[in-house]
Amino acid sequence: MISLPFPIDLNAATSGFPVAAMSPKTLYDKLWDEHLISRAADGSCLLYIDRHLLHEVTSPQAFEGLRLAGRKPWRVAANLAVADHNVPTTERFRGIDDPVSRLQVETLDRNCAEFGIKEFAMSDPQQGIVHVIGPEQGATLPGMTVVCGDSHTSTHGAFGALAFGIGTSEVEHVLATQCLVQRKAGNMLIKVEGDVGRGVTAKDIVLAIIGRIGTAGGTGHTIEFAGSAIRALSMEGRMTVCNMAIEAGARAGLIAVDETTLAYVKGRPFAPQGEQLWEQAVAAWKQLVSDEDAVFDKVVAIDASSIKPQVTWGTSPEMVVAVDAVVPDPADEADVVKREGAKRALQYMDVHPGTPITRIYLDKIFIGSCTNSRIEDLRDAAAIVRGKTLAKNIKQALVVPGSGPVKRQAEQEGLDQVFIEAGFEWREPGCSMCLAMNADRLEAGERCASTSNRNFEGRQGYGGRTHLVSPAMAAAAAIHGHFVDVRSI
Amino acid sequence: MKPFRRITARVAPLRRANVDTDAIIPKQFLKSIRRTGFGPYLFDEWRYLNRGEPDMDCASRPLNRDFVLNQPCYHGAQILLAGENFGCGSSREHAPWALSDYGFRVIIAPSFADIFYANCLKNGLLPIALDNAQVSALFNQVGPGYRLEVDLETQTITTPYGEKIPFALDASRKFRLLNGLDDIDLTLRQADAISAYERRRAQDAPWLFQHELSDFPR
Ligand code: SF4
Repeated sequence: MISLPFPIDLNAATSGFPVAAMSPKTLYDKLWDEHLISRAADGSCLLYIDRHLLHEVTSPQAFEGLRLAGRKPWRVAANLAVADHNVPTTERFRGIDDPVSRLQVETLDRNCAEFGIKEFAMSDPQQGIVHVIGPEQGATLPGMTVVCGDSHTSTHGAFGALAFGIGTSEVEHVLATQCLVQRKAGNMLIKVEGDVGRGVTAKDIVLAIIGRIGTAGGTGHTIEFAGSAIRALSMEGRMTVCNMAIEAGARAGLIAVDETTLAYVKGRPFAPQGEQLWEQAVAAWKQLVSDEDAVFDKVVAIDASSIKPQVTWGTSPEMVVAVDAVVPDPADEADVVKREGAKRALQYMDVHPGTPITRIYLDKIFIGSCTNSRIEDLRDAAAIVRGKTLAKNIKQALVVPGSGPVKRQAEQEGLDQVFIEAGFEWREPGCSMCLAMNADRLEAGERCASTSNRNFEGRQGYGGRTHLVSPAMAAAAAIHGHFVDVRSI
Repeated sequence: MKPFRRITARVAPLRRANVDTDAIIPKQFLKSIRRTGFGPYLFDEWRYLNRGEPDMDCASRPLNRDFVLNQPCYHGAQILLAGENFGCGSSREHAPWALSDYGFRVIIAPSFADIFYANCLKNGLLPIALDNAQVSALFNQVGPGYRLEVDLETQTITTPYGEKIPFALDASRKFRLLNGLDDIDLTLRQADAISAYERRRAQDAPWLFQHELSDFPR
């Protein structure tokens, strides 16, 4: 065998407890060390991957690469696939009209069948958005490394799992080796202490964080979200926060394991079954917290009581203000690059400095996406909608549940009827108008209150204008036709 | 990945700076589910007179006779000579896929965009950055029948006039390319360490191995 031109330290992995016990570690340090197989002299590390999630858009070339090289997946059982980005959210029995979308979805089916990978196909009752179904099925567990060819893989960090998005070559690499070559990022801590007010949700917390630190605030770091306001969140809320870590520039977000985590995981299909194994897992998972005196490279503290419902006004998630504020004036921005960016954003969004947020009128409402399509999100929105009807100026309001199980749960609770009676459309699960790869999209110039995570130009359709908000805020906007402060309802 | 040691091949001159990845392979071809088959659409907007669509039969499309790759004397070229900042723009891996699918093995330019450069090496394509002066000298020499020898082992380009031009490449990348090893091959050299890790982990965290997802009913 040809020898490598650079040394690789195979003993880099700290497998024993003594080392861990001696120096204080962050949660990220612990997860990293536990998955480290080797470290090369140049600092690149080989990291073991426990769970690989796949979807139809970023996997076809990876499977083709495997096939061309005559390789097999290293550990088939670690993979779970689902079709979500391209799937229609109406009349699914009719199949997919767009031939390109159809081919991508069928290719995923074929690849999974060929390689023996577990897949929730389009017609499967468990199908849904990849970042919703992973946790829902218990396929995402505390202490795991979780990757997927999708940047919002950060969502799974809510479970004390190291989770991040990867590119297509890396998808192939994980399939073939169950590992990834990575460099360690820095440690960043965002502490949100105190109680949030009524009507303020996880979405508002994370938007406020991004507004504060900017979309590059977490670049090169893994963010651990901590503090009493984060602890007080349900798992659904924690997933919303970690989901948008990527919008804060961090590839991964993390929240320490506690009783809330354990209660959510227990009994899920792929969670540890059997009392003894469960107890053993729980004992290990309870270690998944940052040590008391662990050192972070960057720390940001935020007062939870200061956070109000948030609304983005521009074309980047950091362009965000409280609902009771006005659209900011770029002239007040000292940084030239930011000022120019703000001007362009205002022009694209067709909003004007000084306009109260509550005077922005909407055309469409989208409640869905891996940020806010879980059962609590739908309950929040339904609570606002109950007994009301859509405002006249709202042309379309979509509710797209994150998964089959979320949809059925909501139907059991009668939420679908609440939405339908108000004039919303109740759809099948998928990514839908979050990125408009299927038929759900904004027309040029249309303005949408959306519970998704990206308000980039054209994201929800060419020329479409997106304002990111919480499910409750989107629901309230649907009823009033413009943004309203949910705290006043 | 195909190993790269030495080639002697025709050179196609593309006298343009800032050739972006959208020019190398336009966005409509990104919907493809494959990483092969992009060759016919390489430089699509420059090569053909009509707009290309995925799965189009390129044999019957009107050619832009002026474009260098359409000139018979450059058919079969495996070396592309280009202007500075080659491969800028979006990070699509489809650009090196298209270049190598067409048959290129080497690209010589004064400079390359970072991500493109790295993507080339992941896909067995050798990007060589030379001085501006050296590149323009090559542009002056190149013509029908002109061939260059590129030797990776000695890191030299030899011109038909016997002139030797050294080039730089970092050691680990050179090693990979010489041996035709992609990242996966390199990682698989640690297969024993991966297996050992898995065994240890199956003992320490058996719940991670309780469910064989693939065994669940489809
Ligand atoms: S819902 Fe949106 S952000 Fe989430 S995975 Fe789908 S397309 Fe990506």
